[in-house]
Formats: sequence, C-alpha cells, structure tokens
Amino acid sequence: MTHSTGDVSACLPIHSDLDLVRVRQHVRQMTARLGFGLVEQTKLVTAASELARNALVHGGGGQMECTAVTSGGVRGLRLVFSDQGPGIVDLDQAMSDGYTSGEGLGMGLGGARRLVHDFSVDTRRGSGTTVTVTSWISRPPGPREAP
Amino acid sequence: MTGPAAFPHEGHVPVLRLGEVLLVTLQGDLYDSTAERLRQDIGQTVSDSAVEVSGVVIDLSGVEVVDSFMGRVLSDVAAMTRLLAAQTVVAGMRPAVAITLVELGLTLPGLRTALTTEDALRLLGAEVSVPSRDGRPRGERP
Ligand SMILES: Nc1ncnc2c1ncn2[C@@H]1O[C@H](COP(=O)(O)OP(=O)(O)OP(=O)(O)O)[C@@H](O)[C@H]1O
Ligand SMILES: [Mg+2]
Repeated sequence: MTHSTGDVSACLPIHSDLDLVRVRQHVRQMTARLGFGLVEQTKLVTAASELARNALVHGGGGQMECTAVTSGGVRGLRLVFSDQGPGIVDLDQAMSDGYTSGEGLGMGLGGARRLVHDFSVDTRRGSGTTVTVTSWISRPPGPREAP
Repeated sequence: MTGPAAFPHEGHVPVLRLGEVLLVTLQGDLYDSTAERLRQDIGQTVSDSAVEVSGVVIDLSGVEVVDSFMGRVLSDVAAMTRLLAAQTVVAGMRPAVAITLVELGLTLPGLRTALTTEDALRLLGAEVSVPSRDGRPRGERP
C-alpha cells in the first residue's frame, strides 16, 4: 500500500515552455526537501521534464500532480502527468527507444521509465494520457516489508 | 542539497569568440526556446564567420538537467560543426547529469567531453591563455 502524506501535494499546469521550467524546479525542490541524493534528484527531475514535455507537445497541454508518499516506512515522490490529448495509439511502439511520431529522439518515454522506480501509463485513444511515476529515497520496499 | 533554484533563463545565450573557438556557457535552467535559439545562433556564427571556426566549447558546469530536448540540441550543434570540419566539446558536465544521460539512453554522438573549459580549449589547440591562480574569469583574453 502506498499512503499519501497529503500536505505536500501540488498541482502544476503544463501549457508552456515556462511551465516546463517550473515543473523541473518544483520536482528539484521537493526531492531535495525529502532527502533524495543528488543523482536520484537529477533522475527524477529529468524524467519529469520528459513527461511534462510529452504532455505539452503530444497531449496539447496538461498538468502534473506531485505528492510525497510513504510505503513501508520508505519515503518517495509520486508524479502524475495527465493530458486530454489524442492518447497513445500503440503504447509498445511509443515506449521503444528511438520511436517518435514527431522530430524528437524518441527517448522520452523509454528513458523516463528507466529513470524512475515505478512507472505506469494509462492512455485511451481520443481521451488523453496519464503517466504515473514514483521514486523512492532508498530501495523500494521489498515483499517482506510490505504490510 | 542544491543551491537556490536558478532563475529561469529565457532569451539569449551569448556565443563568445576566442580566436578560432566559440565558447558558450550555459547556466541554470534553459527554456526550450532558448536552447533552440542557441542552436541557430551557433550555426549562424559558424557559417557566417569570416575567420574559420575550428571548434565549439559548450560549458555545462552550471547546468543541473540535460533532458532529451537539450541532448538533441547538443547533438545537432555537433553535427552542424562537424560538417564544417570543426569539433564540439562539452565541458564540465556534472556527474549526476552524466549518469542520468546514460540511463536516459542518450549517447550524444559526435560530442567530445572535457572536465573543464580549459581542458576543452587545450583539446582544440586553442591559443588561449589559461588563467589559473589569480581567479580571473576563465577564457579571458590575455
Ligand atoms: N502524452 C502523450 N500523448 C500522445 N502521444 C504521446 C504522449 N507521450 C508520448 N506520445 C507518443 O509517443 C511517442 C514517443 O514519445 P517519446 O517521449 O519517447 O519521444 P518523442 O517525444 O517523440 O521524442 P523525445 O525524445 O524528444 O522525447 C511520441 O512521438 C508520441 O507519438
Ligand atoms: Mg518526448
């Protein structure tokens, strides 16, 4: 079970270049405050940048929800990126490295998945995309520690 | 901990000329539009120059995040300068950024790396005096 701590959750709009900067800065501040190491901070900020840009460029804009979570005594940060865009038609193809429908490098989705501990996509044609990622301060809790 | 959040850097990144080398120092968090414009500025400077440009040095020591967008800009600059028989060297990339780039899957083809701007300039054989102990700004003309 993952529990939200509630008080440290925030919702940021993703509608412009400036919003991407704000998303990165917010995730940086949150991870620093929660005690993530520098490398883990950078990984989550970079993943957030990729997913926020996807919501902006491919999804026509959206938002990021940022929540501090704990699970089995381990603290983490959960980020939910959502948009009401066209959805991802072929998710397997979109996730594979090097695939892009535009002129990107096609590394965003697959790369973001590698940079975080938990990663899930919920997408439906015509009704948008939600990508949820979580990273934990130490290892994610193993089965033995689970409640 | 990181320091206070760098002020968003919109607009223009100066492209400095040191003899045959162009030096670009990136700082803080760049807007996509700023990175995009930098690519154009470097391309323009390289192709317009009356004097030949032998290399481009991009100082990343002040940059906390390089994502696929910024990675593409760096690769494009490298490809562009290579066409003109020049080289691009990325200097001072932070370890956390380098580790993240590898996991992201960005290999940045065509880019050479150096620990410092001074090393990068030396790599390019630039005739630039390297200030050391007196604390003058790096790359300052003699
Ligand atoms: N939120 C989204 N809504 C709709 N389609 C999406 C969304 N996110 C990703 N996609 C689709 O998945 C493809 C792959 O995404 P990915 O982020 O890996 O690459 P990219 O954005 O094209 O390039 P970059 O390397 O610059 O991120 C995109 O080209 C796009 O077709
Ligand atoms: Mg992308």
